[in-house]
Amino acid sequence: MNSLVLEENTPSVFLNISKVDMVFPTDTGGYTALKEIDLQIDKGEFISLIGHSGCGKSTVLNIVAGLYQATKGGVLLKNKEVNEPGPERAVVFQNHSLLPWLTAYQNVELAVKEIFGKTMSKGEMKEWIEYNLKLVHMDHAMYKRPNEISGGMKQRVGIARALAMQPEVLLMDEPFGALDALTRAHMQDSLMEIQNELNNTVIMITHDVDEAVLLSDRIVMMTNGPAATIGEILAVPLDRPRDRLSLAKDIEYNRLRSEVLTFLHEKQRKVENITANTVQPPPMPRKRVNAI
Amino acid sequence: MSSTTVSLNRKTMAEKTIKVFKSLFSKLTNAMLLPMIGITIFLFFWSISAASIHTSLGTFPGPGAVVKQFSSLYSEHVTEREKAVAFFERQEKRNLAKLEKNPDYVTKIRAYTGKETFFDQIITSLVTVTCGFLVAAIIAIPLGIWMGLNKRLNSALNPIVQIFKPVSPLAWLPLVTMVVSALYVSDDPMVSKSFLTSLVTVSLCSMWPMVINTSIGVSSIDSDLLNVSKVLRLRTFTHIQKIVLPASVPMIFTGMRLSFGVAWMVLIAAEMLAQNPGLGKFVWDEFQNGSSDSLARIMAAVIVIGFIGFLLDQIMLQLQRKVSWDKSSASI
Repeated sequence: MNSLVLEENTPSVFLNISKVDMVFPTDTGGYTALKEIDLQIDKGEFISLIGHSGCGKSTVLNIVAGLYQATKGGVLLKNKEVNEPGPERAVVFQNHSLLPWLTAYQNVELAVKEIFGKTMSKGEMKEWIEYNLKLVHMDHAMYKRPNEISGGMKQRVGIARALAMQPEVLLMDEPFGALDALTRAHMQDSLMEIQNELNNTVIMITHDVDEAVLLSDRIVMMTNGPAATIGEILAVPLDRPRDRLSLAKDIEYNRLRSEVLTFLHEKQRKVENITANTVQPPPMPRKRVNAI
Repeated sequence: MSSTTVSLNRKTMAEKTIKVFKSLFSKLTNAMLLPMIGITIFLFFWSISAASIHTSLGTFPGPGAVVKQFSSLYSEHVTEREKAVAFFERQEKRNLAKLEKNPDYVTKIRAYTGKETFFDQIITSLVTVTCGFLVAAIIAIPLGIWMGLNKRLNSALNPIVQIFKPVSPLAWLPLVTMVVSALYVSDDPMVSKSFLTSLVTVSLCSMWPMVINTSIGVSSIDSDLLNVSKVLRLRTFTHIQKIVLPASVPMIFTGMRLSFGVAWMVLIAAEMLAQNPGLGKFVWDEFQNGSSDSLARIMAAVIVIGFIGFLLDQIMLQLQRKVSWDKSSASI
């Protein structure tokens, strides 16, 4: 591959997503999902990927995770090429993906045993598991199974499991997408609190503009597929720790928010393909595109 | 004011009690009364229609005749046991007497060779079906897991599984009999040939639901769980042990339950032809015997076979509930 060239070009980037193309094989040749995705991420940075559904955000995340292989280009983590999944790039999946037959504790334990089984003693492992569950405020329900706890709690355990792997990069695929608004706000606050303490490098996929602005250092906005690529990158220079209530009236916050909205709803407005239909829908009164 | 609240409370209390009674009553009706009514109607029609069927072995047995045969089967069992006890007592006395005459005499203990009773035959059938089922499970579950993990192997073996699945035990039996006779040659056989023939036939016929269900269970594991395994870089063995097996336990047990049902059905046919001393042989012997009691005795066996089949299924269901994390999969 061209990894050698990549290394020469970018000597000291922590995580380098370099000119990634992704083509999925189909019956009629190939479907180009991603085209020239190029993104450099520093250590400790919190990046949000935002874009309309089907634009390939998850594909980018899966390539960084190593679950997919890029057709062209590649991903370098600390100048080492990523070509398989591994615990240094822990993933928090959208629907928690906890093992339903294990308790919260055992779910985290599975990861900890696999990664630190040789370097930690049993007592240290127990302490480490409990520390991580405490971090996400799940120490009160450690011995409950996933079907006994709420959706938000499951997602917390999923995050604890990922954090317990001590990853170089934490990848989150719409971690709060399936939660109700109140729970989601709670989870965002928790995540900011954790981030304050651990300062992880995070890539998070989201649909939620407020979430993106609240949590991120930079927001990466993707164009619509096919051949989706990075449209704009927006830096979020708001001070930390951030407070959602005081930010609601903040001018800078609202400017950033409206910039993301403008990108999503004007520049990359999703046009439904009506020409494919032979039957045209009846004329409808024109609607203004509302901001969410 | 206060009196009205009290009377209101009383009213709601009374309503509550009535509700509780009503739900209790409907539960009782569903669990006891309706089945009883069903059984009574069945017995009624059975006795009416039985009386009008005349065979060369007499009238078809009604419920009364079958109950009579149950008690006679039991008393035969008791007398046979008494005979056995008497036989061993006599043997012991004889040996003691011989020892008195000649202290160097080496005592011989002979086994009792009386005929098996109905209850011995039930035990034989249960042992045979369990062994046959276990052999099938030992082959089918690993094979199913392997097929579920490997799509190519699945495509290669699926036609074979689908073709062998519907084959009747009666078709296998002559082949199995010949193969067992040819391969199982020993001067001091651990088990009889008829047992082995029945066992192999049961295994051959009952393994397929387990193979199919296990492979479906394994191949339909949530891809997110598989991704978790990949991110953790679990080795193949750990992957199977920690993710694949627990995830597919509900499906594996569904397959095992189906298989056990098939095994019990197959067993009766296999025992009939292989002459393994179980319930199948009992039915066959009674049929060949052709006494005036034969039909009632066969009918008794039919009821016992059905009842044991039901019990085995319930045992499997309880086992499934116990080991399965997905409680919804273990409903009736």
